Amino acid sequence: MARLINRIRFGRGLVLLVCGIYFAVPMAASLWFSVDDNKGGTTFRAYTELLNAPGFTDSLVLSLELAAVTVVVLLLLLVPAVLAARLGAPRLRPVIEIMCSMPLVVPVVALTTGIIGVLRWGPDYLQDTPFFQTVVAIQDPNFPVVLVIAYVLMALPFAYRAIDAGLRGVDVVTLVEAARNCGAGWLRAVFTVVLPNLRSSLLNAAVLTVALVLGEFTTASILGFTPFSVWINSNGKSDGQMSVAVSMLSLLIVWLVLLLMSAVGRGRKAARS
Amino acid sequence: MTTAPTPVPATASAAQSGGGAPGPASSPTASAVTAVQTGAPRPAGRRARGSRAWLAALPLVLFFAIGFGLPAVAIAVGAFTTSSDAPDGGGTFTTDNLTGSLQGAYWTALWGSVKLSLLTALIATVVGLPLAQAVATSRFRAFREAVMSASGVLANFGGVPLAFMFVATLGNSGEVTRKLGLTEHGWNLYTFSGLSVVYLYFLVPLMVITITPALEGLKAQWREAASNNGATSLQYWRHVALPVLLPSLLGGFVLLFGASFAAYATAEAMVGSSVPLISMQIGDALSGNVLVGQGNLALALGLDMIVVACLVMALYLPLQRRSAKWLA
Repeated sequence: MARLINRIRFGRGLVLLVCGIYFAVPMAASLWFSVDDNKGGTTFRAYTELLNAPGFTDSLVLSLELAAVTVVVLLLLLVPAVLAARLGAPRLRPVIEIMCSMPLVVPVVALTTGIIGVLRWGPDYLQDTPFFQTVVAIQDPNFPVVLVIAYVLMALPFAYRAIDAGLRGVDVVTLVEAARNCGAGWLRAVFTVVLPNLRSSLLNAAVLTVALVLGEFTTASILGFTPFSVWINSNGKSDGQMSVAVSMLSLLIVWLVLLLMSAVGRGRKAARS
Repeated sequence: MTTAPTPVPATASAAQSGGGAPGPASSPTASAVTAVQTGAPRPAGRRARGSRAWLAALPLVLFFAIGFGLPAVAIAVGAFTTSSDAPDGGGTFTTDNLTGSLQGAYWTALWGSVKLSLLTALIATVVGLPLAQAVATSRFRAFREAVMSASGVLANFGGVPLAFMFVATLGNSGEVTRKLGLTEHGWNLYTFSGLSVVYLYFLVPLMVITITPALEGLKAQWREAASNNGATSLQYWRHVALPVLLPSLLGGFVLLFGASFAAYATAEAMVGSSVPLISMQIGDALSGNVLVGQGNLALALGLDMIVVACLVMALYLPLQRRSAKWLA
């Protein structure tokens, strides 16, 4: 028995070691690459010149704006629908579930193809209608609404799962019944009782969405906009070192945000109990 | 949810177990109010909420119809009609787009994508299971949580940063390549196998995330029962754990296949079109890189991709349902 346990320990150690190397080496090497001056020394040029790089701030700001708007739109659309399905209309549930799984079925490239197909209707068939103005307006390079639409669709499955998982741990029906019996109106019950209980899963959904938007490349690049990820790519063709530096930074930032979020969630739970 | 004592026993349990049975509802709102006040069973109140609940879901449905429905229609229609720059002015029915999208370079690319996805999904499944098991059974809670959050980050870490990270590591002038002189040993990142190595970087964490709930659902009693009956660890895995895990494993495999099949950014930033992949071809075709009059070819390619992805999902969903049943 002792030998068996030893063998299991050994197997576990080996698996963790191999995987640890595979996941750590690229990060370490990239970090080294971003400060390597090719003469055996180190230089932080890639990091110090970052802010002055052409297009860096513009694309970053655009990405952050897109992320913020996407999160707001997504939650405004999704939360009422999910709550409604839980509270009042159970027959809605399969409908929402299917809607929220569909974007998983359609690869992003294919979705983009469809979006381009729709955008082409503008000049092809709708030249003289107000729809044409709309089609032009949502492609404004300063703030491409069409990207928000695409990102909300892409984030729908992940956000839905996060919120659904949160709802599973909370007996919303009972909570609302209790609040209603205490005289609270519908809105009050939702805002002061249900949503605070869902805080961590809403946060989770928001983080997933932000991570998705900041990293999204396919749609933006094919449609010809320049948010952050597209900028990294085009900049990398001219300054590989800086792009590696930015890649490492973006990974680090997403990680920190996620850790922070989970820490906040846990602190809240601990404070409550 | 079912057995917890509730502050409003009669009404709440009635409402919960009602299962949507519609009641008589002449003036639903009023009857709901009286029901709350008197504490009487009130199927009518449920109905009232139901009718308003539909309204709350309406924005999502509308958004979905426009944002998702229209592009779907555009693909379905465009794939079967000639494009607007065709000699006949466009809009006539044709199957040329579709047959064209399944020939020559496009067929090679589609097959290349399927091969790459099958290979990487298989490796990631085989590697991900022991890794997830090693992590899930670890005694250190902080370690478990760190790995899970790291997996969450890395699983979504596809895309451009990943490509650059591997170019810096294993590319032609990457740090590891130079240190170990890998180029002399025939290593080249910008190939099919190089791309596979890169894809595993987000597929393995995805597998860990997917399979961990299933692993945690394996009851300790099963293992104890097996070992009480004299089963070795190997026999336990062979006859108890793996059969229970199989639907989850297959489901995870299919999910990984889908993720790998749909990936675009990493390959685009890293290898360009030197490895033929269907997603690259679509990107090319959308950027106008096709012959005049074949503008709708990209839409047909998109349709091909959706068909493959639908097949994948048709496999995945029953598997997932099965595994949920096992582990409930």
